[in-house]
Amino acid sequence: MLSPLSTTARVIGRAVPFPGEMTQPLMGCRVRAGFPSPADDHLDVEIDLHAHVVRRPAATYFVRAEGDSMLGDGIHDGDLLVVDRSLEPLPGRVVVIAVDGEPTVKRLARRGGQTFLMASNPRFAPIPLAGRECEVWGVVTHVLHALPGGEP
Amino acid sequence: MIALVDCNNFYVSCERVFDPRLEGRPVGVLSNNDGCVVARSNELKALGVAMGAPMHLLPPAIRRQAVLLSSNYALYGDMSRRVNLILEAFSPDVEVYSIDESFVGFSGFAVDGREAHAQRLRETVRRDTGIPVCVGLAPTRVLAKVANHLAKKQAAYQGVCLLEADAPATRARLERLPVSELWGVARRSAERLALMEIHTAWQLRQADPKQVRRHFSVVLERIVWELRGRPAIRLDDLHEPRQRIMVSRSFGRLTGAFPDLQEAVRQHAARAAEKLRDQGSQARALMVFVRSNPHLAGERQYRNSVVVPLPAPSDDSRELLAAAARGLAAIFLAGVRYQKCGVMLLDLVEADRRQLSLLAPCSEAARGRSQRLMATVDRLNREMGRDTVRFGLPRQGSAWALRCERRTSRYTTRWDELMRVKIR
Repeated sequence: MLSPLSTTARVIGRAVPFPGEMTQPLMGCRVRAGFPSPADDHLDVEIDLHAHVVRRPAATYFVRAEGDSMLGDGIHDGDLLVVDRSLEPLPGRVVVIAVDGEPTVKRLARRGGQTFLMASNPRFAPIPLAGRECEVWGVVTHVLHALPGGEP
Repeated sequence: MIALVDCNNFYVSCERVFDPRLEGRPVGVLSNNDGCVVARSNELKALGVAMGAPMHLLPPAIRRQAVLLSSNYALYGDMSRRVNLILEAFSPDVEVYSIDESFVGFSGFAVDGREAHAQRLRETVRRDTGIPVCVGLAPTRVLAKVANHLAKKQAAYQGVCLLEADAPATRARLERLPVSELWGVARRSAERLALMEIHTAWQLRQADPKQVRRHFSVVLERIVWELRGRPAIRLDDLHEPRQRIMVSRSFGRLTGAFPDLQEAVRQHAARAAEKLRDQGSQARALMVFVRSNPHLAGERQYRNSVVVPLPAPSDDSRELLAAAARGLAAIFLAGVRYQKCGVMLLDLVEADRRQLSLLAPCSEAARGRSQRLMATVDRLNREMGRDTVRFGLPRQGSAWALRCERRTSRYTTRWDELMRVKIR
């Protein structure tokens, strides 16, 4: 027989001292805050791909890829790219970058203290950034590639 | 403390974000159909092209050199919405003043951190949208406007200028500022002030508020208080008849009902149209905005706005109401309880200077009829009380095509017009 004292408590969430501060205004999406109820497991709503991919609505833009030099990164001609301008252009990231005023997509790389733009197609040589007019436009976070039957 | 955040050459800056080749070149944005310059890059200003200049009167040399684009209101409206979204992350007190200007309340921030905070705000807007902005910080709106102007004109401020009410720098600035350049001071008032030996903003600040109210108006008295650092002015008091007209109001209680918003937007648009005709202007575009109450915790938060271009400059209530209704329908989101909505008329042109358009959707005879009708409506409402004559819900989807052959893509609002990036 169990005494009341032996009842084990299960942590199901952390109490929020100021529930109001947890509610972030975000493009009409509501972040629910507070003490989750066990019934929440049965309150699933539609999975929102937009919210999953677009983390910062004010800074996120969609652009269309034209060309095949980034095939190795899964970017095909005509693909939709999700670009977040708020992210830092760190080495290894794929960026939209204006080179001499012309926007292109490349991967950033550091080699021997120098920054290069790398295509992911071996036919294209790395482009050193030194001496060029360059401005990073944003960081590509996702590629949306339509397969046969999925085109609009 | 209040910050005035103002986007630099907003329409041109929007175009440059999506076409970096426009950087450093003289760029102008033209109004649709009538082809007047409504926005200029610094390079175009340097060529001596005036605001409102009709394109066909520009010297051929300038037309060859400059990039002249049709206005892309879908893009400007969306970029404006993004800028305000970012501002809301810095303060819950964001008041849209025009498509490219917002007031941001900075009360409650540590005194010594305000400039750094404003600098972060400026950098974030630049990074996330590509739009360069300047920030004027001051205890009142009128001083914030002065500070913003300084931030824009003097590079040493690096885009952020703080004016304390009683600092020597503030006095020095106000002593050099002609009262006619002060926000909210009409030309006629400035001329009458000059007769009283009040020429500079500093002299106005030193004037006796009671006398100013007696000789001029309550609004001018409030400007005196604002110059002294005491907040006295509401947003709607500040009239800039040459640029934009805004009518907005908070609902008495929050409402999520579409008919409530329709009715409010209809009233605001009708009132804005009256103001427009009263000052003899016409609008080229109209912005509708809605928002929930950002101060209510646990409330579903939503803010949105949209710009609806007009087929030709118009002061016809029927056209303005139709545009406002279409705009509201586009941004209304069910399930939100709204606190406020408003209508703003943009890119105003003086009615008598309006360029006649070959493609104007209605004939001059029709325009004359419209003017007589509107004048009659205004007179009836003036003489017999507001809302004696009211407009019903306007006709839907009046068919017209904008003349916009030089318009760039609507990069952020159309799937088939996204920015294209060559990956060779």
